[in-house]
Amino acid sequence: MPEAAAETRHDDYPNAYLLGILNGVRTIAMVGASPNWNRPSYFAMKYLQAKGYRVIPVNPRAAGTEILGEPCYASLKDIPDRFDMVDIFRASDAAGGIVDEAIGIAGDKGIRVIWMQLGVRDDAAARRAEDAGLQVVMNRCPKIEFGRLNAELSWGGFNSKVISSKRRRVSLS
Amino acid sequence: MARKHVPEEPSGGFGFETRMIHAGAQPEPVTGARNTPIYQTTSYVFHDTDHAASLFNLQTFGFIYSRLTNPTVAALEERVANLEGGRGATCCASGHSAQILALFPLMEPGDEVVASTRLYGGSITQFGKTFKKFGWQAIFADFDDPENVRKAITPKCKAIFCESLANPGGVISDIEALAEIADEAGVPLIVDNTLATPYLCRPIEWGADIVVYSMTKFLSGNGTSVGGAVVDSGAFDWTRNDKFPSLSEPEPAYHGLRFVETFGDMAYTMHSHAVGLRDLGPTLAPMNAFLTMNGIETLALRMQRHCDNTQRVAEWLSQHPMVDWVFYAGLPDNPYKGLQEKYLPKGAGAVFTFGVKGGYEAGLRVVESVDLFSHLANIGDVRSLILHPASTTHRQLTDEQRQAAGAGDEVVRVSIGLETVDDLIADLDQALHKAAGEVDRAAE
Ligand SMILES: Cc1ncc(COP(=O)(O)O)c(C=O)c1O
Repeated sequence: MPEAAAETRHDDYPNAYLLGILNGVRTIAMVGASPNWNRPSYFAMKYLQAKGYRVIPVNPRAAGTEILGEPCYASLKDIPDRFDMVDIFRASDAAGGIVDEAIGIAGDKGIRVIWMQLGVRDDAAARRAEDAGLQVVMNRCPKIEFGRLNAELSWGGFNSKVISSKRRRVSLS
Repeated sequence: MARKHVPEEPSGGFGFETRMIHAGAQPEPVTGARNTPIYQTTSYVFHDTDHAASLFNLQTFGFIYSRLTNPTVAALEERVANLEGGRGATCCASGHSAQILALFPLMEPGDEVVASTRLYGGSITQFGKTFKKFGWQAIFADFDDPENVRKAITPKCKAIFCESLANPGGVISDIEALAEIADEAGVPLIVDNTLATPYLCRPIEWGADIVVYSMTKFLSGNGTSVGGAVVDSGAFDWTRNDKFPSLSEPEPAYHGLRFVETFGDMAYTMHSHAVGLRDLGPTLAPMNAFLTMNGIETLALRMQRHCDNTQRVAEWLSQHPMVDWVFYAGLPDNPYKGLQEKYLPKGAGAVFTFGVKGGYEAGLRVVESVDLFSHLANIGDVRSLILHPASTTHRQLTDEQRQAAGAGDEVVRVSIGLETVDDLIADLDQALHKAAGEVDRAAE
């Protein structure tokens, strides 16, 4: 739905937009995934795996090894399987190149979403991705947003900004 | 640089009253319980060893042990954070422990906090005496002129601390000006918002970085529960200088994890739970969290009635022949009237002081002669309360400190409750007459 994506306001994503992405995505390529257990990317990968996502690590320095049970690749195009989303765990100035690589293989791999981590933002790259029909999220963490929108962030005393009297369904994980 | 930043919409466009009832309290998913359950449990079962490891490493959200987090306390934390427009909150056993917790991630031995001379008397003692034992130095300044604050800041200063509406003086801090000074110094402004509550004033909207509460007062509201809260705006960049290594540098107790890098704008609140509550231990009991949440559900209604009743009582007292003066920021001749209109436009709160003709003796007689007012050391109850600070809460202070805190000999402090206002006026009237009679008799 390129029209809707083009209107995305990147300072304030509606909950429904983020939930739509998080509920629709199954496989995530994480660019910049670290094999080091106390790095933020490792935290996020481990959390997302526990929530049922398959996370494929991309990191040239760890290519050929495994991170959290998944083989690590040097670049997106090396990943043999299809994946729905690219999660960019790199500095903002590296994001543009990764986005362009993703746009180039989006049809082939089934990529629908570009997600840039907390602190990572490149508006020009976001526009290119949206023009190519991809959904974009910037400067957010999928772990934090998943936790926020599923009431887990609230467990830590955080303001989820979610107000609802609906009873959530408990999944048997 | 003016810093008034209205934080990102705190809750999807819902109004204050909706949020005071619903924030943090979605129905419990397993049973559908509509009110937040009291999770009266010390600990929580792990799925397996890997889940346990993830929790201990802070890699996933969840509960381990109630000294750190508890679901009922967490629901209250979210509610307070939401109403304040903050990123997160840490609730704890008392207002005093909230003040320690708030400073704990910021201060190292030898560091300084610049604090107002108008703080609540107990806070003056805590800051001036007890903090010394941690190697924390409180530098007190008269915050009425924000330039005094600027002058008190040294390179060792790690925070600026004031009360939005001070207890008992009714003094109001110029939060916006103080926030600007804090920003220039590269340190956070911490505001104790106990007497105002987020209904009357939200310091984060004026540039404060951290807000602390004694929830014992108006938030719980019924005088049932002692509790405290620390709310983080999430807006302060802890890596902007090298002043805050506990948040920006590797934390040895978590294998070199850097809080800011790992948790972004949640770093301060994560640290307050994972290190502050873990190692200092002032945990809020789930029962008290539940009672405080119930209190907050009527906060807007209560605070408005508190203010309306107080305005009436203060106006009436200011005409009373046995009263020398009334110090309430809601009165037209009060020096803080301008700041009140800016920061607390809905009302000047429920706590104020007045001077009884006849000094110390007369002050004592008034508090002993009331019938409906309760003579006790608290504020922020549905019941009206009265106290003679010089002989009680402010007893530990020097004469000079008592004067600065607005707690001189003749001063009586009241916290006006939600009773029928005419009954409160009648009670004060008979007590003032009785006191005047006894003082006269003693003089004869
Ligand atoms: C303004 C203010 N801050 C802090 C405190 C301390 O709170 P607590 O008694 O909950 O420890 C009080 C208590 O009177 C207070 O009035």
